[in-house]
Amino acid sequence: MTDLASSWASAGAVLTVHRWMAVIGGLLLASVAVLMLCLQFGATSVDVKTVVTAIMHMLRADQEGAATLGTSEIIMVQIRFPRVLMGFLVGAGLAAVGVTLQALLRNPLADPYVLGVSSGSALGVSLAILFGIGSTFMLLPILPLFGFAGGLMALLLIYRLAQSKSRLPIHSLLLAGVILNAILTAFIMFITSILEPNRSAGLMAWLMGSLTAPNYPALGIFLLYVLCVLVMLMRKAQLLNMLTLGEETARSLGVETEGIKKGLFVLTALLTGAIVSVSGMIGFVGMVVPHAVRLVIGSDHRLLLPASALVGGMFLAVADTIARTIMAPAEIPVGIVTALTGGPFFLYLLLWRKDRMV
Amino acid sequence: MKTDRMETMQSWLSVGVPAIEVDGVSFRYPTTEGRERIWTLDHLSFHVDAGEILGVVGPNGSGKSSLLKVLSGYLPAGEGDVRLGGLSLGTRSQADIARLVAVVPQEYAQVFPFTVTETVLMGRFPHRTARWWSMGIGDETASDLACAHSAMVETDVVSLADRLVSDLSGGERQRVMIARALAQAPKILLLDEPTAFLDLQHQIEICSILRRLKEERGLTVVLVSHDLNLASQYCDRILMLKAGALFRLGTPHEVIGVDALRAVYGCDVLIDRHPESGVPRVTMPSYASTKHIHDHM
Repeated sequence: MTDLASSWASAGAVLTVHRWMAVIGGLLLASVAVLMLCLQFGATSVDVKTVVTAIMHMLRADQEGAATLGTSEIIMVQIRFPRVLMGFLVGAGLAAVGVTLQALLRNPLADPYVLGVSSGSALGVSLAILFGIGSTFMLLPILPLFGFAGGLMALLLIYRLAQSKSRLPIHSLLLAGVILNAILTAFIMFITSILEPNRSAGLMAWLMGSLTAPNYPALGIFLLYVLCVLVMLMRKAQLLNMLTLGEETARSLGVETEGIKKGLFVLTALLTGAIVSVSGMIGFVGMVVPHAVRLVIGSDHRLLLPASALVGGMFLAVADTIARTIMAPAEIPVGIVTALTGGPFFLYLLLWRKDRMV
Repeated sequence: MKTDRMETMQSWLSVGVPAIEVDGVSFRYPTTEGRERIWTLDHLSFHVDAGEILGVVGPNGSGKSSLLKVLSGYLPAGEGDVRLGGLSLGTRSQADIARLVAVVPQEYAQVFPFTVTETVLMGRFPHRTARWWSMGIGDETASDLACAHSAMVETDVVSLADRLVSDLSGGERQRVMIARALAQAPKILLLDEPTAFLDLQHQIEICSILRRLKEERGLTVVLVSHDLNLASQYCDRILMLKAGALFRLGTPHEVIGVDALRAVYGCDVLIDRHPESGVPRVTMPSYASTKHIHDHM
């Protein structure tokens, strides 16, 4: 960057390639470290050496070596590794959805779970399950498609509610979310009540927000899907900055707001639909993570979006590790852990930082 | 320096073409059923010359802000045509308009913690050439930074560079908004109540900035104001609106008079001359002289 920039603005005031690389690079390293740590804990804890051996084995796709693997390595390869990676991807996606929704609704407290977008997706997926369209686990892309449709409808409804007078005070937006959530949840409860008991129990466990270990092809597809949507969102990061200025100002700065908003709605719903279809309703990640990241690195979405995604991934990987281990060998849904950590933070912001979010 | 600016002026305007031409423009908001749709703007025709400061005055609801929104292309003119530099607004893209016209909005509520520098740099958005592989990172070129910096110098906000916009006072925030508009390198600046809620010192400050920009950059300025004295003092011409229609247009001397103000605002005021510049000065009547109104209420 030019000398000019350094002379009148501090390093943080202008987003340089250098700063972007430093922050994202640092977070990537931290993510690897956190993932390694999460892999060690579980119903049976293992040391770093086992984790590394298992990963090396996986990378080589060593068929003959499989016989030499111990039980813990097999657990590592077949269960824990896909699950931890899944948690990371879900957390990253949720945080990215949160960042996008917050810019779109011009509200730093927006969250797909609180606003009922996740419920919309969940209703879509539940309907698919009710009609026997998706059967057991992660039938790509049928379940995500239903999740997408449900999420998009909830999103458009919330946006219509929030749109009157360019933006809505946070309390009205939350109220709209609460009511929408209540209505959608009633539909979901209705569906669970008419399903036969064993299917309804499975649906309930999924609804509470839980991660499972997917098989590798499914994990691969999910990884690609999340990465694609994240890259597409990243390409709109500068436009997200503009949208926070409000419709009229964004237009006066040359942004064709209508088309861009439509595109963002679709991307957000695509990501929410896919996430909800694999992990149910995991709350507060989309609100807590971007908020905390924004406090540290500022609001520029070109940095905020990828940084929040990485921090969100780490957050959920850790939360899921807690969910797996705290009652071991039994597991609790990870949604409970995120709600118990994110919920109080949300209340804190609402009660004591009110002036910041009108 | 001055000739440079004159040259850039000529590059978008051929000789004799006004900066803004408003030709029979009408506008009305879509309204709910059962209510008569009234024209917010009613067959307005006027033009603004390059390098001119035009003040738009009129009572509440006379269509001042709507006129600005039509000029910036935010609201589409229902009838008639708005031409900027001879080219119709309808034929220009949003980004094209943004390179020509900058808007300083009346109120600015930023809930996200953006710094002053970041905010001013957003003004460079319409000038950016998107490189798809960069995903927007490091898009600020040296010329973007130079442009933002000079805008911040002109509005005296360099010392605020690292502060959050949400933490600034009203006067500081207004200067930042003008800096962002200047970073757009516009030919036309539209301001909605630029001095509302500002104290006396800041009002004078903002107005001197506008005067200087007109003189140094040859900027064309349209500003909406409730303050008749401010308009009289700082504007070359004044456009007075009454119920969306043009009531009077001309120099402060021609527009601001006892009869005109009575017809438009429906009240009697005192008008004398400004002791320095000699432009009309509006003074509210004393309570004693309006007592008969209160007696009848």
